[in-house]
Formats: sequence, structure tokens, C-alpha cells
Amino acid sequence: MKLANLNPTAAPPDTKVASQTPAAAGSGKLRFFARGLVPYAYLSPTVILISVLMIVPIAMVVSYSFKDNVIVEENPVLVGLANYTKVLTDPDFLVALKNTFVFITVSTVAHLVLGLTFALMLNTSLLGGVTKAVFRIIYILPWLFTVAVIAVIWRLLLDPSGVVNYLLTTVGRMQQGVDWLSDPGTALWALTFVNIWAGFPFFMISILAGLQGISSDLYEAASVDGAGAVRQFLNVTIPQLRPVLVSMAVLDLIWTSQQFALIWMTTGGGPLNATEMLSTYTYKQAFSSYEFATASASAVIVLLLSLVLAFFYVRLQKER
Amino acid sequence: MSGSGTRVRNRLRQLIGVTAVTAMAATAVACGSDGGSNEESSSGGTVTLEFAQWWAPELPEGSFDKLMTEFTAQNPNIKVKLLSGPYASTKQQLVAGAASKTLPDVVGLDGAWVSDFAKQGAIADLTELMADAKYDSGQLASQIKIKDKTYMVPVVNFVYPLFVNNDLLKKAGVTTPPTTRTQFLEAAKKVSALGGNVKGWALPLDTAVPNGVQNDVMSWLWASGGSMLTEDGKANLTSDQVKGTVEFVKSLNDANVIAPGSLTMKEQDKVEKFTTGQVGMVIDSLAHITLIKKNNPKLNFTVTPIPAEDSYTGKRGIPYASWGIGVSNSSKHKAEAFKLVEFLMSKQTNAQLSTLANGFPGNKTATPDFTKSDPLFKTAFGIYQAGYPANEFVGLPKSEDLMRSFDEQLQLTLTGKQSVDDTLKKAQESWSSDLS
Repeated sequence: MKLANLNPTAAPPDTKVASQTPAAAGSGKLRFFARGLVPYAYLSPTVILISVLMIVPIAMVVSYSFKDNVIVEENPVLVGLANYTKVLTDPDFLVALKNTFVFITVSTVAHLVLGLTFALMLNTSLLGGVTKAVFRIIYILPWLFTVAVIAVIWRLLLDPSGVVNYLLTTVGRMQQGVDWLSDPGTALWALTFVNIWAGFPFFMISILAGLQGISSDLYEAASVDGAGAVRQFLNVTIPQLRPVLVSMAVLDLIWTSQQFALIWMTTGGGPLNATEMLSTYTYKQAFSSYEFATASASAVIVLLLSLVLAFFYVRLQKER
Repeated sequence: MSGSGTRVRNRLRQLIGVTAVTAMAATAVACGSDGGSNEESSSGGTVTLEFAQWWAPELPEGSFDKLMTEFTAQNPNIKVKLLSGPYASTKQQLVAGAASKTLPDVVGLDGAWVSDFAKQGAIADLTELMADAKYDSGQLASQIKIKDKTYMVPVVNFVYPLFVNNDLLKKAGVTTPPTTRTQFLEAAKKVSALGGNVKGWALPLDTAVPNGVQNDVMSWLWASGGSMLTEDGKANLTSDQVKGTVEFVKSLNDANVIAPGSLTMKEQDKVEKFTTGQVGMVIDSLAHITLIKKNNPKLNFTVTPIPAEDSYTGKRGIPYASWGIGVSNSSKHKAEAFKLVEFLMSKQTNAQLSTLANGFPGNKTATPDFTKSDPLFKTAFGIYQAGYPANEFVGLPKSEDLMRSFDEQLQLTLTGKQSVDDTLKKAQESWSSDLS
């Protein structure tokens, strides 16, 4: 205090602030407040869009799943987990769950195997540049078609009087045509085949990019060590591609589990629920039965299953 | 002091700028999500009605807009904004609009949606609006009522007679189209015996859009004057008439006269198979005549009443689908909306619209102009007038769900996994919960 009296200019900053006018103090607070808010203001467009387009709808669906007769009734009541119990004990849901598991597992494995096979073919030095370019265009075609076109094409091809049956009966592989999409025994496999056909080019291109990133030094070193083609594939190619393969597989599991349009436009979940998936089950609950509460419960279960896959994907990305 | 003041001002300016942009974005999103009529729909004494329907895309280009222009000319203070889209997307938009109480002022309706929308309170009671407008409802061919209140008025009706490929039947030795079930089975057997990919009949039972149950299965029941409901509107699927119908369909399946792939066959596949001469007979909408003739001008076909039970002599029910109309309960301009309904149901406009749509008018006094239409429409109009429009799914709650549950049970019978009795018993149980 003594020092302050002798030399006011040497007073500590806090003393100086304390001696300022109320207007100056207000300006300081405002400055502090404004500085703190600016980053949030910059973020706000994204936050608002994510809230409006994702968080709010998801929160609404989750809240619907705990109520009875949502949307169709003015004042729905809370029913706790009743909708979840109803969905999880519904035989149709369990069939849809099983079908979805088969559909996404077989699709993903086939996408990986086919994608890798065709990528290896397009990466080989045995084919010329022009030949590879032509095959690249041919193989990528299925991926360029929209789902509606794919559904129409394959409905025509797999029709009992369609091209596939004609070819198989003509070459003598079958005596009678097969109702590929109408027979409960073949419908799921036919649909899975169509999905594999439509999706493998994306794997092929991604894996091809991965293959082209593998250093030729590794193959030369392996060759010097006496490794043959198979050994090089198993000990060089696969380990080098592992991050790409695992990421693609996890993403494909998520994407395929959300497949709706292809199923709806080819079989609609039939015949006899043979191709019923979680997506078609949920849609029918909402837009055919007007059971929006059970549809919401089913959607939340699908969301949770997708989150498990998303968790593994994010963890893999972090590891990389 | 002045430097820090400037910095504060700059930061505040930045903050205000960012906030303003954010507010604009949020406003844009909010505006984009508003699906119904709003405060601005009425300005300067002029009311703008929103009218959602799937009709305009199915009519000759610009013809529906022309009708709306005529309406505005007659009602200068009412403008109409058409919200047109395909049937399926219109349905989804209306389901969402009904849920959020943002339905457009006037809505195109399918009879299958009416019960659910009425239950939600999304569509208005037209009985009241008719009374307020002193409208004579006696001129209407039909009204879709729930608990004695009208919620939908059919504007144009599309009937589903039996389409017969004359050449195939002649080739198979069938000289006249079948009029009874026995004759139909025999004709279908003969056509199927022609070999190749040709079959007598097509039965689309795809469960994604299960209207095959309505158009291709229950139509046999209605053609013989039968009913799938009791007098008080409850399910009556175990009756002898329904059992007879399902057994008849099963007999067609057992005789191997149905085109393969029926369990996932869609309506468009049925039309395609008939158009390409792969199927001798189908029950189909008159609306497809133009399409069939366009895709195969050489196809020689006719339309006849759906065959009935051998001993039946009464009037035959003929299945139909409608372009129905209703008014949103949340509309602020219900009186103006009903004026649009009145306009579309007026004798002249209704006849004009029916002619354009190749359908039959919802106004009893209107007569479509067949002079420029295909002669088959006149034939079909005769069938329509000789019988009566029958579609018991219209006005039922969750009607699509009812069709689907019946469809799934029927598929079990057709694949030999279940008896007809079990199918009807299980379908009855399933329907009873919705029609109690």
C-alpha cells in the first residue's frame, strides 16, 4: 500500500482495473464474453444442421419407441420397454434379423473375395495397359447403375421366363426353369447374388488402389528369399492390404445392413418372409401397419447394431 | 483504451455476422420443412390452396393444370398450387403430413388410406362442409364414410374387368370368354396346354404392394356377390363364400395354369406378361388399356365381366380403385377447399376429368366422352353399369396390412404348407384385431 502511495503508476494491474470506471469494466467483461463466444458462433451452423438433421430425428425416434400409438394418436402414453419386447418376440423380426445376418455376411465376404480377385487381375503385369483399361470399365459398370435399374435388370433376368433360366435350360444344366426370386428356397440367395454383383466393383477399385501402393521392393525381397507367388500373396500382399480390407469390410457390413431399395424393388421381403430384412420389416411396420412405435423400436435396435459396427470402424481408424 | 475498444467492436461485429448467417441458415431449414399451408397462403383477399395428388403426372401433360386454371377463372379469389408426384411418394408425404398435422389444404386420397387419416384427425369431415356449402350429395356415385361421416369422395373410378387375349383363347380352342369359374378354369387349362411360356392366368402376390389380394383374389368373391365382412364390418373370412374363392384360386394353382413367379410378382409384371402374350387372361385396371396397346399394338384383346360362381345369377361386383379427394383438417381455408372439391365433382368437370383419365365419373350425372377413346372403354362402361363397384378394402383401417396378412397366409396355401381352412382361420384371427 505504501508503494502504491509513493508511485501510483507502479500499482499492480488488478489495482488499476479496480480503479477503472464501471463503463470500462463492462467493456472488459464484454470483450471476455465475446472472445469466448466467437468459436461457438463459428461452429453453430454445423451444430444447428446436425441437430436438425440428425440429433432431433434420432431423439424423436428413440422417444417414440417408448410410447404407445405414436403419431396416430394425439396423446400417446409412455409404455416403457413394451415396444421393444413386442419387436424382439415377433417371429417376423427374428426372421428378418437372421436374414439380415446372412445377407450382410455373405455379401461382405463375397465382395471382399471378388473385389480382391478382380483387383489382382487388373494389377497384374501379364495384361497390357489397354486390356486392363477395357476390363476396368466392364467391371466397374455394375457400380454405376442406380438401384432401381439394377432391380429392374435382375427381375427381368431372373424371371421364370427370363434369360438366366433360358441359358441354364438350353445348355442342359436344368430340365425346368427356377423361380429364383419367387421360391422361398432360392429367393434370399438370388437377392444376395444381385447385391454382390452390384457392390463388388467398389471393393475392386479400393483394393486396386491399395495394391498399387505396395512397394515393389517388398516383392523383390520376398522373391530373393525364395518366396513363390502364393507365399508372396499371403505374406506381402495380404498384410499390406489388411488396413484397407478391414476398413472396407466394416463399412460394407454397415452399408449392406441398411440396404432397402434393392430388396423392396425385387422381392419386397417375400416370398413367405424369405427375404425380409430389418429395413423392410421396419418400413412395413411404419407405412403399412401404421405401427410407428414398434417401427421406432425396430429402428433403434438397428441403430444400436450399426453403432457396434461403427465403434469397431472408428477404433480401427484410430489404430491406423 | 481506444485500441481495445476497436477490438471489442470487431469481435462483436464478427459475432453478429456469424450469428446472422446462422440464423439465416436455420430459417432456411425451418422454411424448407414447412409442408402445409401457412399464414402467407392468404394475402390481399386471395387464398392459395395447396393440392397434393398423384393425378397430374398420370394425365396428359398440362391437362390438369388447365382444369385448375378454369377453376381459378370461376373463383378469382382462389388460386391452386398443385403438389404433384407419383402415387407412392404422394402416399409417403401424406402419411408424414398427417402425422405432423401439415397436410396440404386439399388432398388426393386412396380409399385404403381414409380410415387411418380420419382416425388421426388429419382429414376433415366432408359431411359438415357439404352442409355448410348446401351441396347436393345425391349426385355423388359414392362417398367413403367412417362412422357415418364422409371423409373422401371418389372423383374418378377405375374398374378392374377381366382382360382376355382373343388370339390365345382362339388358338386354344376357346371360342367365347369364360363367364363362370368352371369355364375359366377350363379355358386357363387349354391356354396353358399351348406350351412354351404361355399360361392361362397371372396372379401377382408381391407383399411389398399386396393389392393383388384386392384386385386378383377378392375380385372373384365380389363378382359372385360375396363379402369378406359381416354386416357390421367385422372380418368374415371363414365364410363359405370366401372359402370357395380361395379354393378356386388354389385349384387354378394346382392345375398349373398360373404364370410362374406369382409369389413376388408385381402388378406391372402381370400387365407385361399379358402385353407380351405370355398370359391368356388377367384381371386388370382399365387404365392399362392405353399402355398395353402402346406396347403391343397388335395384341387382340377384349374386356369382359369377371366370371362368377356357376350358379350365381345376381349382379356382379366389379373391383375398382379411385382417385378420391379430401380436405385437410388443419386447413385454414376449408370452405375454399370444398369449392375445389365441388368444382371437380361438377357434372361437366367430372366428365372431362374421367375422359382424360380413362376412368368412370364419381358424379352419377356425368357421362364420359367415348368418341375419342378406345372402344373397349365403352364396353367396360357397360360392364360397370350392369354390375356394381365393389371394393371392401376401401375405408378399412390398415387395409394394406390386412391385404398383406391375407397374402402371406394365401402364399402358405399355394406352396402346400397350409390347408385352406388354416389359412382362413389365421387370416381371420389377424384381421379380427384390426377390425374389432
